[in-house]
Amino acid sequence: MSLTTAHSVVAPSSNAKLIAGTIIIAYALISIVPLLWIFATSFKTPPDSIAYPPKIVFQPSIEGYCNLFTTRTRQTPEYINSLGPATGFCDETVRKRNMVIAGPSNFLPRFVNSLIIAFGSTFCAVFLGTLSAYGFSRFKVPLADDLLFFILSTRFMPPIAVAIPIYLMYRELGLSDTALGMILLYTAVNVSLAVWLLKGFIDEIPREYEEAAMIDGYTRLQAFWRTVLPQATTGIAATAIFCLIFAWNEYAFAALLTSGTAQTAPPFIPTIIGEGGQDWPAVAAGTTIFLVPILVFTILLRKQLLRGITFGAVRK
Amino acid sequence: MAEIRVQNLRKAFGAFVAVQDSNFVVEDGEFFVMLGPSGCGKTTTLRMIAGLELPTGGKILLGGEDVTMRRARERDIAFVFQLFALYPHMNVRKNIGFPLLAQGMASAEIRERVEETAKLLRIDHLLDKSVSGLAGGDRQRVALGRAIVRRPKCFLMDEPLGTLDTEFRDLMVHELRELHNRIHATTVYVTHDQMEAMSMADKIAVMNHGVIEQFGTPREIYDRPATMFVADFIGSPPMNFLKFGGGLAKGAKEIVVQGAKVAVPEVREDVAPADMALGIRPEHIRFDDGSRLRGAIYGTEYLGTTQIVAVETADGIIKARVPAGIHLSPGEQVGLALSSARLSLFEKGTGRAVRTAMYDQAAEARHG
Repeated sequence: MSLTTAHSVVAPSSNAKLIAGTIIIAYALISIVPLLWIFATSFKTPPDSIAYPPKIVFQPSIEGYCNLFTTRTRQTPEYINSLGPATGFCDETVRKRNMVIAGPSNFLPRFVNSLIIAFGSTFCAVFLGTLSAYGFSRFKVPLADDLLFFILSTRFMPPIAVAIPIYLMYRELGLSDTALGMILLYTAVNVSLAVWLLKGFIDEIPREYEEAAMIDGYTRLQAFWRTVLPQATTGIAATAIFCLIFAWNEYAFAALLTSGTAQTAPPFIPTIIGEGGQDWPAVAAGTTIFLVPILVFTILLRKQLLRGITFGAVRK
Repeated sequence: MAEIRVQNLRKAFGAFVAVQDSNFVVEDGEFFVMLGPSGCGKTTTLRMIAGLELPTGGKILLGGEDVTMRRARERDIAFVFQLFALYPHMNVRKNIGFPLLAQGMASAEIRERVEETAKLLRIDHLLDKSVSGLAGGDRQRVALGRAIVRRPKCFLMDEPLGTLDTEFRDLMVHELRELHNRIHATTVYVTHDQMEAMSMADKIAVMNHGVIEQFGTPREIYDRPATMFVADFIGSPPMNFLKFGGGLAKGAKEIVVQGAKVAVPEVREDVAPADMALGIRPEHIRFDDGSRLRGAIYGTEYLGTTQIVAVETADGIIKARVPAGIHLSPGEQVGLALSSARLSLFEKGTGRAVRTAMYDQAAEARHG
């Protein structure tokens, strides 16, 4: 660098950038390889999926997806030959393995359960969290600090620590294996996070906005709706993503409290392994589909998420 | 438009009394400024008039109606905030039209009223811009637009120029006053800046520690400060004080300060012996070698047409405003001559101004 060029003391040097870039790329690769492997496996045939050495180049097949969405029974070749022509690709693939499709599997209803429970509880947690955070931020709540600490203290231990009491309570209340029960549970776990995150965001919104609206003829609720909410969207989006990720991925409670009608996808997917041999492509297909909603949601809200995470670091 | 009447207004936050038994009347169409240092209770008073705080005691009458316990939205007032509170998610047009929307006005009428208001404030070319890109002065105009678009009973402004650059500030002071002259809206304006207050106000209330120290026109407040606080707060540089002792008898026309006899306006009350202060505005001091009140030049501050000269006397430094032409060098001994008719006398303990012919004239003029 020549003497005449001024160089910034805060801008990173090119060496630093190189090192940082290498670390980031390495980390990204390490993170993405398992996901790519799952994605690849979902398009393998069962023999390919357990081939050794592992196959990187293979003939893609959607057999895994066929197996994921169906239940099959093993039949004699004579019986299969006696059936009419195969009605679709899945039918044909299954028959090659001496099986016939007996009906749809439970994956779709379990997946729908997951959607209902995760999005339902996220909505409830964010809704309650926004209102509570607004209340804590704007009103003189008696014992506000103690209440906030209490809310935070619910996160001091892993939620699963209270699994047994909750299991017993849910059994008594008839909430076991119901979507309502799971929504309530995930809401309860997430609402503390939502209150704390959103309180930070709402504290940063000057109260003059609502005051101006209230003087201009709006009720407090209208003022909240028209001036606070639009400005809190970043915080709400970031909070929603965090809540959704928890509720979507939660396994332990789901495994404990749901078994039939309200079972979510995470405890269901492993059960695929047991049905008719270790069907890894079907498991991988389930996992791949399971990743899609959260991926879409995160991509849609990624700007907010980024702003949400770095929020407060730099004043606007 | 309406008159605002504040009666025995009081606000306490726990043990802290922010506003103590305030009384004042803002007449219809008047530009009223509440002036005081930060924490003096001026903003709290304003917020109580707006309905953003509920008073602990007293009454607020708006156009003769008791609105003390009414909600802000039921008072028909407009408020301009220090930080403008323009909604960043709306453009200029929507911001200005926002109060009209609350009234359920038809969108065509809102459009018309918004455009009319924007023209009045000369911001019609900005209507479809986002508020976040606006310069300080334009933001201020949009905030004003949002206030006047509804034609409320009165305007309340909380240091609306506080965040502007000096350059914009002077411009906006002028614009605000001009706007007021055009629409004659009853306005309550809160500021800590005496220049803003003096240049815009019809009436000023000077507040300190929750108490209104003086209520009057800018001229009254400057020429005849009711308390030492007002005398010290208003004026740049502020009023000089020279201490003197002893009581005052009714009819006295002379006092003794630092061994020198000083003629003062005729005293109209008996004052028991106590520590007293003579108040002199810097511009009421001349240099006169014949005077027995003496001091040494300490320093000068050149201002173009005048200069501020600091003179060290036996009772500390006092500042005189004299023509810039006079040449003075530090250390030089000078005699100080005071304009007798313009002097104020204060009781040091209470800070209260002593009744003199000068104060009585003002009272007579007001009542006559």
